Amino acid sequence: MRIEDKLYLIGYNIDEESHLGVSDPNECKRCQGRPCTYICPAGVYSYDDEEDKLSINYDACVECGTCRIVCSYITWRYPRGGFGVQYKFG
Amino acid sequence: MRKNDFDVIIVGAGPAGLAAGYVLAKEGINVAIIERGIFPGSKNVMGGIFYRSSLDDLIPDFYKEAPLERHIVEQKIWLLSDDSMFSVGLKSEKYNAEPYNCFSVFRAKFDKWFAKKVLDASAMIINETVVKELILDKEKVVGVRTDRPNGDLYSDVVISAEGVNSFLPKYLGLRREINTNNVALGVKEVIELPDKVINDRFGVSNSSEGVAIEITGPYFKEMRAMGFVYTNRNSLSIGIGAVIEDLVRLKINPNDLLETLKGHPAIKPLISGSETKEYMAHMIPEGGYYSMPKLYYDGFMVVGDAAMLVNSIHREGANLAIESGKFAAKTYIEARKIGDFSQRTLSAYQKKLEESFVLKDLKTYRNLPKLLEEKKYLISKYPKFLIDAMYEIYNVDRVSKSDKIKLILNKAKKEIGYFNIIKDIFSVWRNFK
Repeated sequence: MRIEDKLYLIGYNIDEESHLGVSDPNECKRCQGRPCTYICPAGVYSYDDEEDKLSINYDACVECGTCRIVCSYITWRYPRGGFGVQYKFG
Repeated sequence: MRKNDFDVIIVGAGPAGLAAGYVLAKEGINVAIIERGIFPGSKNVMGGIFYRSSLDDLIPDFYKEAPLERHIVEQKIWLLSDDSMFSVGLKSEKYNAEPYNCFSVFRAKFDKWFAKKVLDASAMIINETVVKELILDKEKVVGVRTDRPNGDLYSDVVISAEGVNSFLPKYLGLRREINTNNVALGVKEVIELPDKVINDRFGVSNSSEGVAIEITGPYFKEMRAMGFVYTNRNSLSIGIGAVIEDLVRLKINPNDLLETLKGHPAIKPLISGSETKEYMAHMIPEGGYYSMPKLYYDGFMVVGDAAMLVNSIHREGANLAIESGKFAAKTYIEARKIGDFSQRTLSAYQKKLEESFVLKDLKTYRNLPKLLEEKKYLISKYPKFLIDAMYEIYNVDRVSKSDKIKLILNKAKKEIGYFNIIKDIFSVWRNFK
């Protein structure tokens, strides 16, 4: 099963503001390998080659925090209270 | 003078925070637990095996009323190679007798139930609220700043039970940023199957008996990774946890890893015909004893995953969290008697943990994360050798048994080397001294 199909199974209360970002987008241009684009279990990060910038699909985030461990330029914070992922089983 | 809103504020309503809150509320202490989800458990994930004893000590016979899936009667370890599976384990009728050793659980349901018990003990739980930072008076923690309007709350002591993504201990300089070798990423699926099918496939006689399988071996190459399959009542939990450094080094997406595991010839028939109901991910602090932050500060203590209290070898975490929550609460109660919440008094919390199985166990395995970081081949080479040797022993091909033994020993010599085997045994032995 692809990540995209699995994400449909997760409940979210999506905020209109993103809790994820990049502190210096120029670092993404220089970054070798871009681990955020393959390590995220929810496929939040992808690199847009045309626009030459990181694209962040924050509403799929499952708040594991892995991206902030692999990259110090990712600004990660908790979604606002009550927003974000809501597991049925967990 | 500023008045306290609460005696104690706990950040995070997982097992650690709830256990601390329960002990405090039972003593009539005015305690608030701040939870960022819409209810406790809504953001919580674990593999799914919960050990009874630590919570039973707090809420006797809790298992008779808590929402649990199955009690575990059989625990297995599977070593996988690409085409084979070597299994060891124990099934015991002793595990089939009350009060049971451990259970499969769903944290979204279990934590919600635990929180209700804590509410009934008259603690306050404030949901849908994020703690942004600590409020300090000179050097002492005196409260928290939340994301609510006018959301400052004051207390004698703040307990950080924020889980693996904890920010407050770092804010006080109690630890550095977590590194990719100290933490694993776990992904899991809950897949639905009729209970009768599960009973048949896992060889149990009814829908309350469960099986837990841990998976490692050369199938995971030289990754520090563990897979698992646990039986729930009408579903299975299947997942994999891998040290983040290894995922980055090999450029692997954790979902791809899980998908390959689901396709292994030993796993596929177990899950055949099932439907995935939920997918989830969570980090697991696996760095052990040396990765722990300092656990106390003036007016502040750290418990559970935020304190890196996980025994990854025995997949114990929630029970250690509960144990640490209890100790932090008891330390507060003692400190309150003398009216001193400085780190000198709160250091008794660390002492309690050191004297308990929690830090005794983490100390036993203190060198293991480093050993496996340096000698990743230990988790692939030796299980591979064992699988190959077992294959030779069972495979009847008109070669004599004594020739087979020679073949196996030659393989050991060629693939690992006798000298290396002795060196590895020595280094493992030395690390457990």
